[in-house]
Amino acid sequence: MIRTFLTSTALATCVAAPTIAQDAADVLATYSDIAAAGYEDSLITAQALEMAVAALVAEPTANNLTAAREAWLEARVPYQQTEVFRFGNAIVDDWEGRVNAWPLDEGLIDYVDGAYGGPTDENTLAALNVIANPSFVLSGSEIDASVINAAFLEETLHEADGVEANVATGYHAVEFLLWGQDLNGHGDGAGDRPYTDFVQGDACTGGNCDRRVEYLVAATELLVSDVEWMAAQWVEGGDARSALMEDEQAGLAAMLTGMGSLSYGETAGERMRLGLMLNDPEEEHSCFADNTHNDHFFNGVGIQNVYLGEYVRIDGTVVSGPSLSDLVVGVDAELDVEMRMRLAEAVLALGRIKTAAESGFAYDEMLERGNEGGEILIMGGVNGLVEQTRSIERVVASLGLDGIEFEGSDSLDNPSAVFQ
Amino acid sequence: MQMRCLYLMTIAASFAIPAIIVAQETEAPAWAGLQDLHLDVVPRTQEERDRIAMVTDIPVDLSAPFAFEENSGGAATVRPRRNTDAFSQPSANLDFEEELNFRVGNGLFRRLWVSSPASTLASDGLGPLYNARSCQRCHIKDGRGHPPEGPDDIAVSMFLRVSIPGPEDGPPHPIQDYLATLPDPVYGRQLQDFSLPGHASEYSLGVEYVEIEVGLSGGEVAMLRQPTYSADNLGYGPLHPDAVLSPRVAPQMIGLGLLEAIPAADILALADPDDADGDGISGRPNIVWSIVHDQPMLGRFGLKAGLPSVLEQSASAFAGDIGISSPLLPNAWGECMNSQIICRDAIHGGDPEQDGYEIDQIGLDLVTFYSQNLGVPARRDVDDPEVLRGREVFYQTNCIGCHQPSFVTHRLEGDPAQSFQLIWPYSDMLLHDMGEGLADDRPEARANGYEWRTPPLWGIGLTEQVSGHTYFLHDGRARNLLEAILWHGGEAQSQRDAVVSMPPEDRAALIRFLESL
Repeated sequence: MIRTFLTSTALATCVAAPTIAQDAADVLATYSDIAAAGYEDSLITAQALEMAVAALVAEPTANNLTAAREAWLEARVPYQQTEVFRFGNAIVDDWEGRVNAWPLDEGLIDYVDGAYGGPTDENTLAALNVIANPSFVLSGSEIDASVINAAFLEETLHEADGVEANVATGYHAVEFLLWGQDLNGHGDGAGDRPYTDFVQGDACTGGNCDRRVEYLVAATELLVSDVEWMAAQWVEGGDARSALMEDEQAGLAAMLTGMGSLSYGETAGERMRLGLMLNDPEEEHSCFADNTHNDHFFNGVGIQNVYLGEYVRIDGTVVSGPSLSDLVVGVDAELDVEMRMRLAEAVLALGRIKTAAESGFAYDEMLERGNEGGEILIMGGVNGLVEQTRSIERVVASLGLDGIEFEGSDSLDNPSAVFQ
Repeated sequence: MQMRCLYLMTIAASFAIPAIIVAQETEAPAWAGLQDLHLDVVPRTQEERDRIAMVTDIPVDLSAPFAFEENSGGAATVRPRRNTDAFSQPSANLDFEEELNFRVGNGLFRRLWVSSPASTLASDGLGPLYNARSCQRCHIKDGRGHPPEGPDDIAVSMFLRVSIPGPEDGPPHPIQDYLATLPDPVYGRQLQDFSLPGHASEYSLGVEYVEIEVGLSGGEVAMLRQPTYSADNLGYGPLHPDAVLSPRVAPQMIGLGLLEAIPAADILALADPDDADGDGISGRPNIVWSIVHDQPMLGRFGLKAGLPSVLEQSASAFAGDIGISSPLLPNAWGECMNSQIICRDAIHGGDPEQDGYEIDQIGLDLVTFYSQNLGVPARRDVDDPEVLRGREVFYQTNCIGCHQPSFVTHRLEGDPAQSFQLIWPYSDMLLHDMGEGLADDRPEARANGYEWRTPPLWGIGLTEQVSGHTYFLHDGRARNLLEAILWHGGEAQSQRDAVVSMPPEDRAALIRFLESL
């Protein structure tokens, strides 16, 4: 991603650059270590999910379904903390849609409630229900869906017909298979798929339990292999790490851009403010599992991790090292205090949403039109994220990173320079 | 009863010619004094004018990459992603706050509109007649739409416009050379192939192709497919006997804010309606009535440049394509005509929460901002010898006579992403007679039935990656870039003929250059 920061002060560039030069490599190394650990944790938890799914498939019981759901929820904790590596690391940006695409038209995958509406012109595949249909028509051609495997999901079904809502892979597809539709609207409760949807033979509910199992296994397997691939990009010698180290200034700018873009546009904007604007219970990031409060919270924690250069792994070990915070202290100690404060406030505001949700006031209930408490909680999170982005912009300026361009910068000059 | 109205590619001279009022040579051109009312412009200094003239001048040395040509969209250029998201990135020079507006706008762009009444007040109001339920459904992955892939495929991302000739003895239009048309009395100006329950849809799109062989130098052969369109299964009786249909595929969405920020004066300076320079290429500006500014403006958007700004284009698409009312076009029934009574009387989605509209000004502005800021991907392989040779062919064949390589955008108050950028759209934004083969015979403002606005070429090399196809031209009839070139006629006939007869390796290099855009 190429990015020029508009809050430009050319003076800061000259002053700041020499002092940070010797530390930048260490800061980038910490960042890469956190990414490597975060994706490795994502892999470990995805593999645990795969095991839990295998157990559910082998012996479909209520307990095993609950265990699989718990494994999914646990897998989201490290993954959401890695989202801050998007928006600047090309390798992550090009890959992300495979694992975390959202929102999805669940009727593509499996049976849905009658009120869902059936196929529409908008998305003829929206109520395709591939689990029930071993063949279907796509753009006028007959597609063989008799075998549901990872390749079929990835190459044929995902974003079929160019419709972004045709999400066939990733965390949210697995989420739908484990929870089913949340039919409670703004009321209490998440999706409540019965475990018998996975039982083979006469006790099967929802029909086609064999193909549902096939889909769940394939989607989980694909998720594991996708996360495994990303984890490998961040180990010593991995491509993502090498790309980051190529240009230290651009690397630091990528860190801050990821923090700012995830805070402001992605989380505060598309995932939070839009939902409030539309008052739609489906406009939440994990709408089947009602896990949206954790999605937002761990996004916030991930942003804080990058600034502080510290990540607590799923097994409790700590990855830490020289940080952006250390660099800022050297330039403007007051700004470092401000940045830490804003990050802490945002995590706290997101934490309020999380604790409220865990106490029974779910995120989709907060989204209801006229729900004052819900709006206060969500806007608190939005405002926290917006405020911390203002400080991120100041950090960018203080480190002289405004005007730094990212990956590909050597060949992508700023043409406006022609006229200056 | 199934009505079938064949749309034949014939010359509708009966109304195209008489409506043109020939301007006196001594008069100022129709476009004199047109202002960029949609922009908050900082006037250029003389020094800036000089530098801009220098940097947009066609270079003499065509052997090496030009300075900055890799950045098709200036500082707003985005990294060319290697997946289907290549057209879906925000302008690279947005700040974080602007990026939020982009992301929320994206949410509305992909938002499915639902029928009224619905529990989600902010997204009801669909139809009753519509072509699609969301913006994204036609602008698939923010790229080009496509014609139906066969008899079993739906026609979403493509529709037919319709109109009948205006009265010949009507009052003079305030815009000179304006070609008056009227909507079809029953169907309006656009045919919608979907409808809510309880409403008949207007039609289904029929298309048939005939293959035409074109011989090329070096013994090569190309096949073109000539379409014939029909409005089948008409739901409200026959079309008006003089109805003229124009097929339209959804165009790509990248760089629209930059195109909007090109000074009208720089576009108008390229106008040569009487071909005074004798190069066989005229170039006429479309001039349209702005509903926002209530006066004539340069037409920029749409396949015949029928709309002056991204805002008005967005409002128009909401009304015509999805049936959503907005402060600009407040009719809740979209473009249903008086005679479509059930549609007019249906429950609509205007809510007090949205000031009585189905999308309020805030939502419309967000979608507009999103549409203005879909970034143009950087070019690839600009220093590849074959690309450079292809570029030389493109320039020397005078493809640039219409596909103007570069402009510098206005300097704008507040320094938004579009301000003062050197951009490479490869379009002059003017109307050109493209010959009978491409004619739709349907006038739009000052554009006659032969004329189309030069489409920008930036990003076309990524079409296959983004859209999974390479269908080009206004109706997607061309199946690859070579076919698109071979359809050029009219003012571009000599360029087309040159491509047919040039050495095959030059032709291949030309295509290679286009693919690098």
